[in-house]
This record gives sequence, structure tokens and C-alpha cells, in this order.
Amino acid sequence: MMLIKHAARTFLLSEFVKAMWLTFRYMFRPKATINYPYEKGPLSPRFRGEHALRRYANGEERCIACKLCEAICPAQAITIEAAEAPDGSRRTTRYDIDMTKCIYCGYCEEACPVEAIVEGPNFEFATETREELFYNKEKLLKNGDMWEQEIATNLKLDAPYR
Amino acid sequence: MADLLVQFFQWAFGVTLAPWLATISGIVVGILAIVLPLLIAVAMSVYMDRKVWAGMQMRRGPNVVGPWGLLQSFADGLKLFLKETIIPASANKFIFLLAPALTFLLALVAWAVIPFDMGMVLADLNVGILYLFAISSLGVYGIILSGWASNSRYAFLGALRCSAQMVSYEVSIGFVLVTVLMTAGSLNLSEIIMAQKDVFWGVNGYWFTPLFPMMIVFFISALAETNRPPFDLPEAEAEIVAGYQVEYSSMAFALFFLGEYANIILMSAMTSILFLGGWLPPVDWAPLYIIPGWIWFFGKIFFVFFVFAWVKATVPRYRYDQLMRLGWKVFLPISLLWVVLTGLFLLLTDKIPA
Repeated sequence: MMLIKHAARTFLLSEFVKAMWLTFRYMFRPKATINYPYEKGPLSPRFRGEHALRRYANGEERCIACKLCEAICPAQAITIEAAEAPDGSRRTTRYDIDMTKCIYCGYCEEACPVEAIVEGPNFEFATETREELFYNKEKLLKNGDMWEQEIATNLKLDAPYR
Repeated sequence: MADLLVQFFQWAFGVTLAPWLATISGIVVGILAIVLPLLIAVAMSVYMDRKVWAGMQMRRGPNVVGPWGLLQSFADGLKLFLKETIIPASANKFIFLLAPALTFLLALVAWAVIPFDMGMVLADLNVGILYLFAISSLGVYGIILSGWASNSRYAFLGALRCSAQMVSYEVSIGFVLVTVLMTAGSLNLSEIIMAQKDVFWGVNGYWFTPLFPMMIVFFISALAETNRPPFDLPEAEAEIVAGYQVEYSSMAFALFFLGEYANIILMSAMTSILFLGGWLPPVDWAPLYIIPGWIWFFGKIFFVFFVFAWVKATVPRYRYDQLMRLGWKVFLPISLLWVVLTGLFLLLTDKIPA
């Protein structure tokens, strides 16, 4: 009896029919993927994306060139040179991040005493050449101005857990 | 076609074509009328294949190029066209370039005998089915030549696998064809279709008759014959990278790709001609005949192709010995048995076609 059952199952391809019916039903399920460039998935406020240097509300740079980020960076992607500014404060003259070295660990953000260097929510900064990924101070400040609103919101949302 | 052309030239340019010129140009126009839509159909079938596959994996599939991604295949084709054709230093140059051309050519040549509608066929051969069988057997050459000429282990292994597989499954396809031939009593494809009219309770096509199991065997063998999953061992990307295609790039690769899909559509067309009643409507009911036959034929090809894509999304790849076992130990005895049974049935019920 078992033999007949087994033979019938084999010759009627019932396993295949079942599997095909399953895949057919899956075709009408809601898609698991999103329509990426036009539709984006949710991001955590802690998301560590492209770096940015922030300013105070009056436009003054936050960075005080303490070099803590440079010291903690495990990939040694950050290079900082400092000098005295005309107003007597300590400022960076050079703040470079080699984005090809960066491992996006977020230690720089954590080390920063003034919340100057942060990792923003932007992850779409692919470039056509390698050179474009060597960010300098100008580029980082520009990022900060561009993403300030999102960065500030994210920092505020994440503050209770810090 | 030739008469039409003569009339057209007379009407348009006031020139009377010489009879030989009319015949030749008639054939050329006929070929173009088949090949151009076929190439577009190949491009669209690649798109459909990807879309069905994606749908069954809950993905979206190509949806960026053109409306709903319809132009994706053309974008891919353009990309391949703009790339460099790389010929390996130790390859046999002539055979290396001959192989993809051969594959593509054979995939197109087979369409000459396919009837799209009543009388809508380029070459109404008496032995159309033998011609198709011969062409699909020749298809092995393109692949084994490419594997040999590439001078690469992966390519050679892929080619060996492919030729062994195609030869094995051709045997059972041959016997399946014999059952159809015995029932239809003709080797001409149009007559095979006509023999399927009102086979059983007004149903057109052998799929409703005892030939149904043969249709399944034919379909599965067609999967193996066209190297489609679950029998895509010649390409088996996990083991031998891409098999015989591994050294190919640019248009040479595109020709392989086009040839492969043209072959798949051809096999879909063969399935619909041999078992689903070709350009006949599925049911022998007068109002259905208002719809032109080529639309029914297209619909049937579309359906069979959908099943091709469907199987691809469902079944995992076979091991090579399982593939050979299925071909020689399962399909060959079954199809042989069915040849005998069909013969006996026709003999005992006195239904042997004249």
C-alpha cells in the first residue's frame, strides 16, 4: 500500500505541483523589497552615515581642534592641524577625513566633547573617483550646513540613551 | 507573399517585378517578418522571465528602465553592445567567434517551419518536425565548440556537461515526438495542428488525451534541452562559474544569450504546437475562431513560457547524476512504453490515421 502511494506520488509529480502552487501564491504576496531610489526604508536616529562638522546657531564652528577624534579613530582616517584663530580661539586649519579608510564606527562622534563631528543620516554619497572621497574641512562643514536639521533631530531623539 | 509584393510594387512604383525577384524578395520579407518580432519577443521574454522570477521571490524585478522596466532588456543589450569583445590569448579565434554565431543562427533558423496561423508559415515542410529535431540537435555544436575554443577548464566542463545532457534528453524527446506523429499521422506541423481539432469532446489539442503525460515528459526534456533550471548544470554558477559562457563578453555573449532565449521560445512554441493545438483555440467553439489564430498561438507560447519561468523559480538545481538518471532511467522507459501503448491503442481501436 505504501509502495503504491509512493509510486502515485512520484508519477503524479504531486510534490512538484505543491511546490509550484506555493510559488504561484507567493507571486501575489506584497513585495518584501521597496522601490529603492524612490522609496526609502526607515533609519534609526543612531544611524552612522556620512560625516559632518556642525556649527553653533550663530554660525561659529563647534570644533575646538582637541584632536580626540583623531586620536580615537581606529582606522586613522582623520587628520587635524590646529592654529590660533584671529579672535584668539583654538581652531582647526585642516580637518580631513579619508572616507575610504573610515569604518563608520562612530567613535569620533562619541569622543567629541562639543558635538562638532557627527555621522549624519546620509548614506548616498557614492562618487565617481576615489579622490572625491577624501573629505576636507570645507566639505565637512558644507555637509553640516546641509544636514543640520536632520542631525539635530537625531541627536535630540538619541540623547536620552547616551 | 510574392504575389502581394508584385501587386505592391505595381501599385507603389508602377514596376512589374520579375518572377524570380518577386520570389526571393518574398522570402526575404517573410524572414524579416519572423525574425524581427522574434528578436523583440526574445528581449521581452528575458524581461518576463526576470519579472516572474522576482515576483515569486517577493521582489519587484526590473522596474526602472522605461514604463514598468519594459525597456530593461534593450538597455542590457546596449550595454553589452558597447563592451569590448575579449578573446582569450590561447583561444582558437575562429571557432571561438563561430560558436555564438552558430548558436544564434540555429535558434533562428528553426523558426522557418513554425506555423503561426493557418498557412502562415515560411517553409511548409513535409518533414517539419524532423527539421526541428535536427536543428535542435545541431544546437549542441554551438556549445561544445565554444567550450573547446575557449581553452578554459570551466568552459570545457560546461560544454561537456551540456552536450551530454542535450544528447540524453533528445532521446526521450524523440520518442515523445513519435507518439505525437503516430496519433497525428503526419510530420508536417500544420497537419499535426489540424489533427488536434476536436480531439475529445470539442477540446482542441492533445493535452486532454492520453498524450498528456507525454506533454509533461516533453516539457521537462525541453527544460533540459535548453539548459534551463532545474537542469542548468552547464552554467552552474556555483561550480563552474558560467560554464561554456565563461570566456565570452560583449556581443559574443549577447548572441549566446539571445540564442538561448530564442531556443526557449522555440521549445514553448513546439510544446504548444504538438500538444496544445497550436493556433487553434483551446475549445472547438465557433465564436472563439473569430480571434485570429496567431493570437491563440502567441497566448499558448506565453503560457508555456510562463511555466518555464515558474519552474525556474520553484525547483532547485539537480545534481548531475540525478539529471542523467532522470533522462535515461525514467524518461526513456516511460516514453518508450508510451510509444508501445499508443501504437497498441491506435491499432486495437482501428484509429490509425491514413
